[in-house]
Amino acid sequence: MKKVIMGNHALSYGAMLARTQVIAAYPITPQTQVVELLSEMCADGTLNAKFIKVESEHSAMAACIGASIAGARTFTATSSQGLALMHEMLHWASGGRLPIVMGNINRAMAPGWTIWTDQNDSLSERDTGWLQFYCASNQEVLDTVLQAYKISETLSIPSMVVLDAFALSHTYEVVDIPDQKKVDEFLPPFKPYARVTPDDPHAFDGLTGPEHYMELRYKLQKDMEKVPALVDKTGLEFEKIFGRRLSAVDPYLCDDAEIVLVTSGTAGYTAHVAVDQMREAGLKVGNLRIKMFRPFPFDDCRRILAKTPKIAVVDRNISYGHHGIFSQELKSALYGTGDQAVFSFIAGLGGRDITPESFREVIDTAGRTDRPQEDILWIGVKR
Amino acid sequence: MKKEKKMTLTLPQEELIGAGNLACQGCGANLALRYVLKALGQRTILCIPACCWAVIDGGFPHSCADVPIYHCAFETAASTATGVKAGLEMIGDSATTVVAWAGDGGTFDIGLQALSGAAERNDDIIYACYDNEAYMNTGIQRSSATPMGAWTTTTPVKFPKDQPKKDIDAIMAAHNIPYQATASTSYPEDLFKKAKKAKGIRGTKFLHIYAPCPTGWKSRPEDTVKLGRMVVQNGIFPLYEIEGGEKYTQTIKVKDKKPIDDYLKLQGRFRHLKPEAVRGLQEEVDRRYARLLKKFENK
Repeated sequence: MKKVIMGNHALSYGAMLARTQVIAAYPITPQTQVVELLSEMCADGTLNAKFIKVESEHSAMAACIGASIAGARTFTATSSQGLALMHEMLHWASGGRLPIVMGNINRAMAPGWTIWTDQNDSLSERDTGWLQFYCASNQEVLDTVLQAYKISETLSIPSMVVLDAFALSHTYEVVDIPDQKKVDEFLPPFKPYARVTPDDPHAFDGLTGPEHYMELRYKLQKDMEKVPALVDKTGLEFEKIFGRRLSAVDPYLCDDAEIVLVTSGTAGYTAHVAVDQMREAGLKVGNLRIKMFRPFPFDDCRRILAKTPKIAVVDRNISYGHHGIFSQELKSALYGTGDQAVFSFIAGLGGRDITPESFREVIDTAGRTDRPQEDILWIGVKR
Repeated sequence: MKKEKKMTLTLPQEELIGAGNLACQGCGANLALRYVLKALGQRTILCIPACCWAVIDGGFPHSCADVPIYHCAFETAASTATGVKAGLEMIGDSATTVVAWAGDGGTFDIGLQALSGAAERNDDIIYACYDNEAYMNTGIQRSSATPMGAWTTTTPVKFPKDQPKKDIDAIMAAHNIPYQATASTSYPEDLFKKAKKAKGIRGTKFLHIYAPCPTGWKSRPEDTVKLGRMVVQNGIFPLYEIEGGEKYTQTIKVKDKKPIDDYLKLQGRFRHLKPEAVRGLQEEVDRRYARLLKKFENK
């Protein structure tokens, strides 16, 4: 069934179609519609789930952790300050190997108070052991929730499905809401490998000495390394059932490009439009939209960018004292593989618009010199 | 011929907590969980945050308990237990009792918000706080459950704690939860009855269990049971229950309330107190006890 829905509701429909059993959430702008629709679905019986209306995001994640270790499929959604408050529990979820799926609406961090988008909230959670998927359309949001459950439950690693505040969360698009039957075919019920139960009493996540801790983390990393192949596999399965392919990266006209933009989130679709315009003007440019940030798609990036002379990474985030974060990651992926020039751009912090003109400025700047003249090239900043 | 004496057991013999765990000698917290589990039975899940019991249970891959335990983050005993209960119900298990088992720091301080949230929602869990009146697991730092005048490693003798203990029972009563009770490890039958009663009630139940700590209180391990009785008999820790936030019932009546002096003398944490300071504490105990007595319906 096709419906015009907002990005936030794409998350709600994803959680509903996944037959989420326990939801624990706390309201924060711009996430509220996600949980509002889910509470309606729980109230009218569309979704058979318990919705715990907790008193903080910290408790939201704690309750999801409790429900997940009890054996239920769980969902939550948050944004920015809420995600930061959850930080401790993000480690708990991944360290406890609990396949929770969470929607995060990318909102810049305060102060000053802001509700508009950038990626510093979720990228600050880079090292918590969660999978991270940055979506660029409402359809991708819904589809990714389903795929995230499948990958998370296969490997016992939690997933974060990320979308831009307002640019996607409050933007209405046509979304194909798949039949429940088809979704059930793709995503079977959650069968945890272990759960807390008096029938088989064990102690979970207790005191772990140096003789055991490192192996637990080694195993988490080893399972993380299985994700790229699993994304491809489940992406193909998804295509067979729903006709839409899901993958870790979305390359566009990269093969012969002299400059490839590297983008994420909704800016990735804007870049797509900008590439079309510039191609019409005779510029050989391409766009590599990175959807999966954790684990970072090393092989995809190396393969796609192997022969690209110039790469222009546009980050809607910053690691203070370093660069944009996707830029860091990409440089680390390409290290030792070739002689590409990587230009690091920062644009759109705190919800400032990133437009096709922004990308033309990026391409102009990267086109002028063989190598970047500055570590960070700022787009649209008032100096 | 002399008649043979028969011993009647007032508590079930079954032990769900094994010996040889990591509790200190004379640990009240150890007794507390032992008695509570005798009442709740094996079909129980414990959610244990950072506290002494996170260690007493034994390090991975060991556990001294015959019930499952989920070790959770410090401030999440209540919210984790809420989640476990919801998860169990969704997979078709409504019979298991879910217990948040936390120390006083995890309850009075860092976990109070989550506890208040669960109580306001009336989530169907038992929240049990074993109260040893300081952060004992981290090395005897003061908590808001530490009594006035006590030494801890962060309230040194030159500047002991100068605020009275937080009245957690009044805070919980203000949530109008269906059942709450105070208990002492030295009155096992009373504790057993209260845990059993809590198990049979739907909604949020709160048990506040006084649990002596020889290590932190600088008392002798063999005095643990004695201290647990004295604290009830001198009115510092009266034993009672509250139903629906309103109906107060004293479960262990005190006929002849004792002064607090002997109780203080058994504990090194109060050794520095001058007589006038003890008098001040006595007045505070009397005041609080009198206020509480007025609330008991079974006078």
